[in-house]
Amino acid sequence: MTALESPAVVIAPKGAPIRRNTELSLLVFAALVPVLAYAETGLSMDGRLPAGMLWYGLGLGGFALLAHLSVRRCAPHADPLMLPIAALLNGLGLVFIWRLDKARELHPNYPAAQNQLLWSGLGIALFVAVMALLKDHRRLQRYTYLSGFAALVLLALPAFFPARAGDFGARIWLHLGSFSIQPGEFVKILLPVFFSGFLMVKRDALALASRRVLGLYLPRGRDLGPIVVVWALSVLILVFETDLGTSVLFFGIFVVMLYVATQRTSWVLFGALMAGLGFWAVTRAEGHVRGRIDEWLHPLAAARGAGVGQIGQALFALGAGGAFGTGLGQGHSWLIGFAAKSDFILGTIGEETGVAGVIAVLLLYGLLAERGLRTALAARDPFGKLLAVGLAAAFALQVFIVAGGVTGTIPLTGMTLPFVAQGGSSVITNWALVAVLLKISDLARRPAPGESLQPGTTP
Amino acid sequence: MNKPIRRVSVFCMLLVLALMIRANWVQGLDASALNANVHNKRTVIEAYSYPRGDIIVGGQPVTKDLLVNGNYYKYRRAYVNGPMYAPVTGYTSQVYGSNLLENVEDGILSGTDSRLFFRNALDTLTGKGKQGGDVVTTIDPKVQQAGWDGLQGKKGAAVALDPSTGAILGLVSFPSYDPSTIAGANDQKAWDALVNDKTNQPMLNRALRATYPPGSTFKLITAAAALETGKVTDINAPTDSPDPYILPGTNNQKLVNEAGDTGCLNATMNDALAMSCNTVFGKLGAEIGQQKMLDEAQKFGFNNSSMTIPVGVTASNFDTNMGPAQTAQSSIGQFDTKATPLQMAMVAAAICNNGTLMKPYLVAEERSATNSVISQTSPTQLSQATSSDVAAKLQTMMVNVVKNGTGTTAQIPGVTVGGKTGTAQHGVDNADNPYAWFVSWAKDGNKQIAVAVVVEDSDTVRNDISGMHLAAPIAKAMMQAYLGK
Repeated sequence: MTALESPAVVIAPKGAPIRRNTELSLLVFAALVPVLAYAETGLSMDGRLPAGMLWYGLGLGGFALLAHLSVRRCAPHADPLMLPIAALLNGLGLVFIWRLDKARELHPNYPAAQNQLLWSGLGIALFVAVMALLKDHRRLQRYTYLSGFAALVLLALPAFFPARAGDFGARIWLHLGSFSIQPGEFVKILLPVFFSGFLMVKRDALALASRRVLGLYLPRGRDLGPIVVVWALSVLILVFETDLGTSVLFFGIFVVMLYVATQRTSWVLFGALMAGLGFWAVTRAEGHVRGRIDEWLHPLAAARGAGVGQIGQALFALGAGGAFGTGLGQGHSWLIGFAAKSDFILGTIGEETGVAGVIAVLLLYGLLAERGLRTALAARDPFGKLLAVGLAAAFALQVFIVAGGVTGTIPLTGMTLPFVAQGGSSVITNWALVAVLLKISDLARRPAPGESLQPGTTP
Repeated sequence: MNKPIRRVSVFCMLLVLALMIRANWVQGLDASALNANVHNKRTVIEAYSYPRGDIIVGGQPVTKDLLVNGNYYKYRRAYVNGPMYAPVTGYTSQVYGSNLLENVEDGILSGTDSRLFFRNALDTLTGKGKQGGDVVTTIDPKVQQAGWDGLQGKKGAAVALDPSTGAILGLVSFPSYDPSTIAGANDQKAWDALVNDKTNQPMLNRALRATYPPGSTFKLITAAAALETGKVTDINAPTDSPDPYILPGTNNQKLVNEAGDTGCLNATMNDALAMSCNTVFGKLGAEIGQQKMLDEAQKFGFNNSSMTIPVGVTASNFDTNMGPAQTAQSSIGQFDTKATPLQMAMVAAAICNNGTLMKPYLVAEERSATNSVISQTSPTQLSQATSSDVAAKLQTMMVNVVKNGTGTTAQIPGVTVGGKTGTAQHGVDNADNPYAWFVSWAKDGNKQIAVAVVVEDSDTVRNDISGMHLAAPIAKAMMQAYLGK
């Protein structure tokens, strides 16, 4: 299993610029923008600069610098855009969480910004660790089945833990004392690793052994095994943990990776069909999921005596933002109430920075996902390609699922907006995800040792 | 593998594109609908984030804004002399919306009126906060106070007008409520108590929004119709009126006089009004005919459901399709005839103003936050209710009522006062306590005032005397307060 085994377009020609200085200068902006946003929020809400501004700025800058140095040291050829985008999103997220911490109208309101900064630090630490310890992403292939098993265990765990009243229906948390983590977040990396390793081995069988019916290549019955297993798993998550988002996310990742591995459109159609079927069946049976769909269809329907639901409040917040927003710290997005800082943080962004801010954030996500996919294009080994596609698609899908839910595009499912929303598990997972992508891109953009590859060389 | 990866890239871009389109949809296309949604608290939070303008009576604001810095709302509305002015100001609540002037003048009071656009734009540029403008009412605080004092312990309403302009000088309803008590965010108890008080109905604006059978006060309109149609030319000539009067087309259904055998037989119209003879005016109304009675009533403002002052006023009713018997009853203010106290004040005002009915108005001026006048109400004529000739005869008759008839309690020394009492039965078989009315006007030099007072639930004698004893003194006090006599 070497990089040369699978022919691929080689993107990075010899002598491609390393771009570490580009990354550094972008990081300066990525740290400066949130610090200025922090200052503006403080000025508009209290009429003075926030007291913690220096520490916040130093902390954010320090984290960014640490990450940058580790990239410079361990992945010098890596993509220069991903780290600054991640840092910018993380920094902006902290500002919005801090802003909501200051909303005295929000009840109950537990200060979360400091914890989030701590978690971001842990995320950076994990990022640095991945940079230093993961010499070559292909090593992950060795842990294919271990990853699969670990993913399964982590996914299953919350179902066996007692649910808490504050979890609002979805059982996706693990409560350890005052600590709670969402194991599903870590699975977002483990599953692509497993799928990549698995599909690497199986893809020929899946791609070639098929019958052609009505212009579509239909897979053989026995090759259906893996997709049926993953599908069943997704449905089980949905039923036992009532977590629509995670379920859709994992199935989506799998279908995307299957498609990329086999190049068979029929898998996509088949996957979509199965997803639709499973979704329909669960909707009929599961009240929680049905409630979510009702709320999506009628977000402005108010319960008797109460106001509209959370999606309705999120839509109000977005509508109030209009084109350019109310200005930082001047919106009323705390009306969203529960989860305003986590799943619904896009509502605050939308209200205080307007559609301009929402589109900017969405573009940052799109750019990050596209850099990941570009890494997949550039990667020279099929495992790296698949893994990069899986991680990038996981990222994009998660953004779509949560942002789509908050804006009422699709039914809402409990998910965090990567890097921005409050949530420790999410932040550290996403930093690790970016680290792995950077490692893959480092190898992809690195000139092959001792070789002088010509641009566009295809054997 | 690159072809599917490229396709996945396109797919991911489509996802982001879909989100961006949706964001534009929600934040652009849908934004105004979302902002206007009744469940969107932002509107109310914004409305109470800066002080509203004031409603002004007699040069003094009767409203104020308290800086409460509540959880959601920064300011809360409060009222000076709240219960007395509640029928004028209405209320504005953080939870229960608003009504009356607080509602219809919200654009000025909140500073969102488009006529304030330039000033607001300027304030935004100079960094000044949004400010509300003031609404100056026509209410005379002395008249209002006199009506308020008079109605204490009773249930009813009083309206005073300036006949020459239509300016509303007094607008009283009792029992009333203090709008301050329901202005806040946690006033559900007070609100529930007000809404559920079905016996006192403190939030009912009786002056504008309650209609009562006008009883004998409606005889003024019948008299006007008789003179206008030429049915009666000389108010001091005997009429051909039996006592009792058998209602036309009925099987011996008699119309009798409240006061018994007091000389209503063939009485002159002048005497008949002074004694409030049902027989005389019932017969007159039936003979004038339903259509002409209706025309006259409408000239005085009846059946007008679109009148605003600028607060909406409930339409007073004179039926449009009746036989002679009902017309006879309606002509003495019974049957389906119903009037608001404002309506009966308009009747007195039109007679006092030589037959010209001026449009009643409550708002004299709208001002910006910097006290520059945005609009000023100029008096307009609503209709010519009677010719000035007829009005003069009606005035003579009304003066006679106060001098020699049922309205002697309204006499003011040195002032020309005209009036008419009324008592209207209501309830099944007239079992409930009757309504006592007094409709009057007073002239002193250039100063004129027209007043209508209605008192519900008067426990006293069921005849015109109650109008004289219960309602007339209140009207007198209001007229005195205005004329300073």
